Amino acid sequence: MTDSTQSPTPPDGRPPTGPPGPHDRTSDLLDYEQVQDSPEFQALRRRFRRFVFPMTAFFFLWYLTYVLLADYAHDFMSTKVWGTINVGLLMGLGQFVTTFAITMIYARWANKKQDPMADELRQRIEGRDLV
Amino acid sequence: MTAVVLPGLSGAVPAQLSGHLPLDLAGQSHAASVVAASEDIGNPVVNIGIFLAFVAVTLVIVLRASRTNKTAEDYYAGGRSFTGPQNGTAIAGDYLSAASFLGIVGAIAINGYDGFLYSIGFLVAWLVALLLVAELLRNTGKFTMADVLSFRLKQRPVRMAAALTTLAVVFFYLLAQMAGAGGLVALLLGIDSRAGQGLVIAVVGALMIVYVLIGGMKGTTWVQIIKAILLIAGAGIMTVWVLAKFGFNLSDVIQGAITTSGIPGLAEPGAQYGGSETSKLNFLSLALALVLGTAGLPHVLMRFYTVPTAKEARRSVVWAIWLIGIFYLFTLVLGYGAGALVGADTINAAPGGVNSAAPLLAFALGGEILLGLISAVAFATILAVVAGLTITAAASFAHDIYASVIKKGEVNPDGEVKVARMTVVVIGLFAIVGGIFANGQNVAFLVALAFAVAASANLPTILFSLFWKRFNTRGALWSMYGGLGSCLVLIAFSPVVSGKTDEAGNSLSMIRDASIDFAWFPLENPGIVTIPLGFLLGVVGTLTSREKGVKAKFAEMEVRSLTGAGSEKAATEH
Repeated sequence: MTDSTQSPTPPDGRPPTGPPGPHDRTSDLLDYEQVQDSPEFQALRRRFRRFVFPMTAFFFLWYLTYVLLADYAHDFMSTKVWGTINVGLLMGLGQFVTTFAITMIYARWANKKQDPMADELRQRIEGRDLV
Repeated sequence: MTAVVLPGLSGAVPAQLSGHLPLDLAGQSHAASVVAASEDIGNPVVNIGIFLAFVAVTLVIVLRASRTNKTAEDYYAGGRSFTGPQNGTAIAGDYLSAASFLGIVGAIAINGYDGFLYSIGFLVAWLVALLLVAELLRNTGKFTMADVLSFRLKQRPVRMAAALTTLAVVFFYLLAQMAGAGGLVALLLGIDSRAGQGLVIAVVGALMIVYVLIGGMKGTTWVQIIKAILLIAGAGIMTVWVLAKFGFNLSDVIQGAITTSGIPGLAEPGAQYGGSETSKLNFLSLALALVLGTAGLPHVLMRFYTVPTAKEARRSVVWAIWLIGIFYLFTLVLGYGAGALVGADTINAAPGGVNSAAPLLAFALGGEILLGLISAVAFATILAVVAGLTITAAASFAHDIYASVIKKGEVNPDGEVKVARMTVVVIGLFAIVGGIFANGQNVAFLVALAFAVAASANLPTILFSLFWKRFNTRGALWSMYGGLGSCLVLIAFSPVVSGKTDEAGNSLSMIRDASIDFAWFPLENPGIVTIPLGFLLGVVGTLTSREKGVKAKFAEMEVRSLTGAGSEKAATEH
């Protein structure tokens, strides 16, 4: 069977390009399952999912709420707040604010909390200490 | 009537110019009222001159960049040597098509609040890319979307499916851009003969081929960076100018638009989508496709491979979100500003219809020099977006279909890049021919279709393969082919293709003969049906297949995606 399902070749199915780096041949030698089972990696994964899943749920529901209100609650959205500025415009600008805020919160969190752990794991894997 | 008319054109262009964007979907028809050219504004020579200057500068940069194009890495991914801020700017350049600028400004000028709704979907969508896709994709893939999707599934069938959805999205997007180019020529350069417009489309296409052929991803990226800076700076200057005229009070700008138009509800939702239950559902469907489609657009995904690390991919998205967000805030001011200073009637009567709002506003503010600058930026926009689409399609064909499916991986990288370059020429020629034929056709629905396909066929498989251990080949194939197929079928039998008419009985569909009507799907955007279907098919396909997947492959993918271990490194010679 020549199907490449179980093939140990790199995922793109062709020899690596460029100068062979130390990482090019490690994938066959490394046991990624052991890394995956390690407490450090489990912690990294858990923290990642605990952050991005609720955040995604939040912005998606907030966006959906906004779209549904703009679509079906014209009177509410047209409530004047100041001058010609109404609730709909403020909520729309609110979408901008939350998008910028989530972006900065995530970037800061990832830089501070995730990167050091991910970098350490990566170095250990690429240096094959972990296996 | 003192209508100010842009040079040239006898009135056939309007709706088509918005070929870049989904803005026409709710049946906004600006039936080309033919107005005698009482007064020409702008100077085509200035417009062309500024555009040529842009071409000259970018050509020099592309030629310089091409000197380091040696490997497949260089050609497809710019040697992975761009920084986060550079790539973020290029993403903004790739993403902010002429639609965002001309289309959204015009939609706000005419429809007020409802025009603003698009920009929000286009922006919020980036959070999907930031939180769930960009970094993980950078860590596990190499050149294309299919690299990630086929990582732990059966290589050839999954690559083939991913390449086909990629080519479909690029095809729709590309055709819409090129069809829009003809209208833009008429509007900005004062060329009104079909042959003349065709010639300009051919020149734009040929330029694009040269950029991509020689410059590869590096050249394309620099074109996008320069264009993004020009576009955002131009819009920024105009925004400050408009605000200054109204004492830096947004409420007064909106009041100005209301006063000029005489429509008190301009600041309220519903002008465009409030009409019927169907049009409300239409909007909901479009809103879903916009927010979920972006992170599945192959030309956006490919940009994440041009940076050295996942951290830089993250920085790219942060930069892109700020630039795109600020730009859309500008368009809010510009839209109401155009409504106030130019007026909806004048905009509707101009050759480009709703798309002429931004150029007319530029002329009203800064005369022919500012108009020339804005026009040149609009052209540069088409060039940059088309270049990004072309290199994505070429990479997908050469890397996924040719190298992996046809040659089963038995091809050296040089041979692959050669095929990619040939593909660039073929796609470029296709874009030119398609652009000439589509010029004047009502293909506004194509961009919305591209987003719907990206959200229905690509995003489910991307998310499942990154986050769901059980996910397998059948799930991926069902989701991709099911998502793509359902989008195509529903669009074909929707009012955008046949059977939509205005009050006078004139066709607003792609098929102009109003007597032909085979539409049975009521919505103009299929997303609300096809996106859940794409996810559902992924789940059902997976659960009905006995393929359990290779545990080791999933472990490798998950570890790589989160730690960056073993990810593709930047080319070393930089």
